Amino acid sequence: MSKDRSSKNTMENSGLSADEQLLFCNARPEPYKPYSIKAVEDFANWARANSLWILAFGTGCCSIELRPLMTARFDISRFGIAGRPTPRQSSVFIIGGYVSVKTLKRIIRSYEQMQGPKFIIALGSCPANGGMYFDSYNTINQFDLYLPVDMYVTGCMPRPEALLAAIMELKEDIKVGNCDGANRYVENLDWYKANQKKVIKNWDMPDYNW
Amino acid sequence: MNTLLDRLATDFGIYDISDRKPAITTLKVEKQQAERLIRELRDREGYTHLNFITCIDYIEQGIFTLVYMLHNYGDKSTLGVEVDIDRENAEMTSIHTLWAQAWTYQRELREMFGINFPGSPRQEEDFCLEGWDDIPPMRREFNTKTYSTETFGHREGRVSEDPREHMKAQLYPTRGGDN
Repeated sequence: MSKDRSSKNTMENSGLSADEQLLFCNARPEPYKPYSIKAVEDFANWARANSLWILAFGTGCCSIELRPLMTARFDISRFGIAGRPTPRQSSVFIIGGYVSVKTLKRIIRSYEQMQGPKFIIALGSCPANGGMYFDSYNTINQFDLYLPVDMYVTGCMPRPEALLAAIMELKEDIKVGNCDGANRYVENLDWYKANQKKVIKNWDMPDYNW
Repeated sequence: MNTLLDRLATDFGIYDISDRKPAITTLKVEKQQAERLIRELRDREGYTHLNFITCIDYIEQGIFTLVYMLHNYGDKSTLGVEVDIDRENAEMTSIHTLWAQAWTYQRELREMFGINFPGSPRQEEDFCLEGWDDIPPMRREFNTKTYSTETFGHREGRVSEDPREHMKAQLYPTRGGDN
C-alpha cells in the first residue's frame, strides 16, 4: 500500500483508524449520467420502473404494512415487485416509520451499499415531520436532511392501498425520469454528510459505504 | 406473607409496606440493607425470579427510587423492594452476582438515569444510545422537546392542535366548539 490514497476525489474516512482506512474504499461516488440517445434512456427507465425490488429492512412500526402487501390479500407481486434480503440486490428502500438515530446509521450504510438505480419511499408521518415522536430525544424529525426521498406517503400509519398507490406513482415518475434522488445525494454529498454527522455522534464507519 | 413481613421488619428494618394489588406487595428498605435483603428473599423465601429492575425519578425530593420486582413461583406472589438513593452521585450495590440478567438492567439504568453500579459488567459501554453526550435522557431535568428541536430541527408548516378543542370543533362544528 505505497500508493497515496488521498486526492481531491477521495473521502477523508476520519472516523476510522489508520489501519482500518486501508481496508475500505475511499473513492467519492459519481452521479449517474443518462444515455445520450433519448430513446435508449426512455427504454432504460421503462425497464427500471418495471423491476423494483424492495429491501427487506423494516425500520419502524409502519413496516408492518409491508406484510399484508407481500401476502395474498394485497399481493404486490402482481405488479412485478418483490422483496430482497440484501441491499446489493434491491432498488427500493421503504423507510417504514420513525427513524431513531441508531437506525439511521444502519439505514445510511444500507442505502449507500445499494447499487443504482435506487429510490427511497418515506412511509408515514414520522420521516416527514417527526410524527408522534416529534419531541423524542432519539428519533429524527426530518428524514430528507439525511437521505434523499423520492416519494412520501403520509398517514399514521398508511393503509397498504396508500403504499400501493405510492409505488404506482413512483413507477410513473421513474418512467418519465423524475426520480433523481440518488443523483441529488451524490451531488450534494457534503451537505448530507454534514447533517448525518451532526446527529450520529460516534461515526465509526467509512464516509461512503461502498 | 404477614409473618414474613414481620420478620423482615425486625431483621432488615423494612418500612412503608403496602399492598398495591392482591398479589403485589411493595416495601421499602435502606440502601445498606438492600442487597442482603434481596439475597435472603432469593435464597430462603423462594423469591427466585427477578422480574425487572426499574427506577423512578422523584426530582422534588432529590432521590431516585429503585424498584426490584421479585417473584415467588411457590405462592405466585410478587414483592417489590424499593430503595431510595441520592440523586446526586447516584450509586447502588450491583446485584449481578445474584441474577446474571441484572447487569443488563443496570447498564440501562446507568445510561438512562446515570446511576452507577460499581463492579457490574460492561458498565462503560453504550447500551441503547450510541455516542450520547448530554445528561441521561430519562432524568426529569432533561428537556426532551428542547433537545429534539435543537438537534433534529423542526419541519416548517407542522402545527400542533389541542386535541380536545380540535376534536370538539371537528365533531360539533355548529355549536361553536361548545358542547
